[in-house]
Amino acid sequence: MGALVWRDVRRGYAGGGATLVVAFFLLVTVLFPFAIGPDAALLARVGGGIVWAAALLAALLPVERLVAPDLEAGVVDQLAVRGVSPVTIAAAKTLAHWIAFAPPLLLATIPAAALLNLSGDRLALVAAGLAIGTPGLAALAVTTGALVAGLRGAGAVAGLVMLPLAVPLLIFGAGAIDGGAGGLKLLAAVSLLLTVGGPIVAGAAIRMAME
Amino acid sequence: MSGAVRAVDVTVARGGRVLVEGIDLAVAPGGAAVVAGPNGVGKSSLLRVLAGLLRPAAGHVEREGTVAWMGEAAALDPERALADALAFWAAQDARALPDVRVAAALDAMLLGDLADVPVRFLSTGQRRRAALARVVASGADVWLLDEPASGLDAGAVERLEQLIAGHRATGGAVVVATHQPLALPDAAQVAL
Repeated sequence: MGALVWRDVRRGYAGGGATLVVAFFLLVTVLFPFAIGPDAALLARVGGGIVWAAALLAALLPVERLVAPDLEAGVVDQLAVRGVSPVTIAAAKTLAHWIAFAPPLLLATIPAAALLNLSGDRLALVAAGLAIGTPGLAALAVTTGALVAGLRGAGAVAGLVMLPLAVPLLIFGAGAIDGGAGGLKLLAAVSLLLTVGGPIVAGAAIRMAME
Repeated sequence: MSGAVRAVDVTVARGGRVLVEGIDLAVAPGGAAVVAGPNGVGKSSLLRVLAGLLRPAAGHVEREGTVAWMGEAAALDPERALADALAFWAAQDARALPDVRVAAALDAMLLGDLADVPVRFLSTGQRRRAALARVVASGADVWLLDEPASGLDAGAVERLEQLIAGHRATGGAVVVATHQPLALPDAAQVAL
């Protein structure tokens, strides 16, 4: 399990995955000031929500690379004959994906907050929310990757599958910026549900994709 | 080492279509079986059923001992050096001295000189040999090889035959799906 996680983390960083996610995240946060104008007070008010929406879109970026390549390359088959269950594979991938994308994303919220004129307090709430929500987001990304593996146009389908399921994370994550601890607790509940349920669903999807 | 595979009245279906019906197969320790037949008849699917990667539509499969699988895909990370890519799998096998096993397996497949070369630079035939090296390094009791000779030169095919013979001599079992002639003495023939 440890070797599996380490392999995926290494591939996540080596493939430029983390850099791409961070660059995309910052690019989306830059788009909003351009779109709604340089009104600092307005940006400060909507900035937290923008960071959350950008994080969601950035998390969608690597979905296609998470599961499908290993199914095609026969890696999943080789693990299966060694008695590694698909659920374990999915859990390892979830943990590895979180390690590969969440810490760089959390660091990137600092320049994003500067771009959006977010105060230190609001940045702290956004960062705390992302720290709590990203495990759920990682599980959702791996689950989506497993569900769409092998489909034609998997990238577009992945967006349609993943974004609606990520809406609760977005609502409670962005809500916690104004709602405080209550919002964070609801966010944690949703994140926990996704983190636990994701590998089970992803494992079943991997099992089906093998056959 | 003692590996065995037994399939009882197995039916294999893919995508709702029955490919193979009523297969009975028993490979005892030291035994071998060759699954032969034209393209698309279900050789690979039958082998996947024997490996437990695919559920049979009917019947059941029993395996004794650990399994090494060689499929169509190499399952070696393209960016890693050959020895490192194989060492990852050797570590998954949970046997003693994975590095020594990998080095020995590379030598057995005449890949010793390529140990430091990233997998993406290997030719098709070299990749097939690397996949065989993983089977050798696994030390598994049952070898399930899908078209192991495809892409191999004459020397490597001979080497493959020797390795299979050596594996059987120590009590291992081998099932090969192939459309190429392989010298496997006393192997059970399964014609699909």
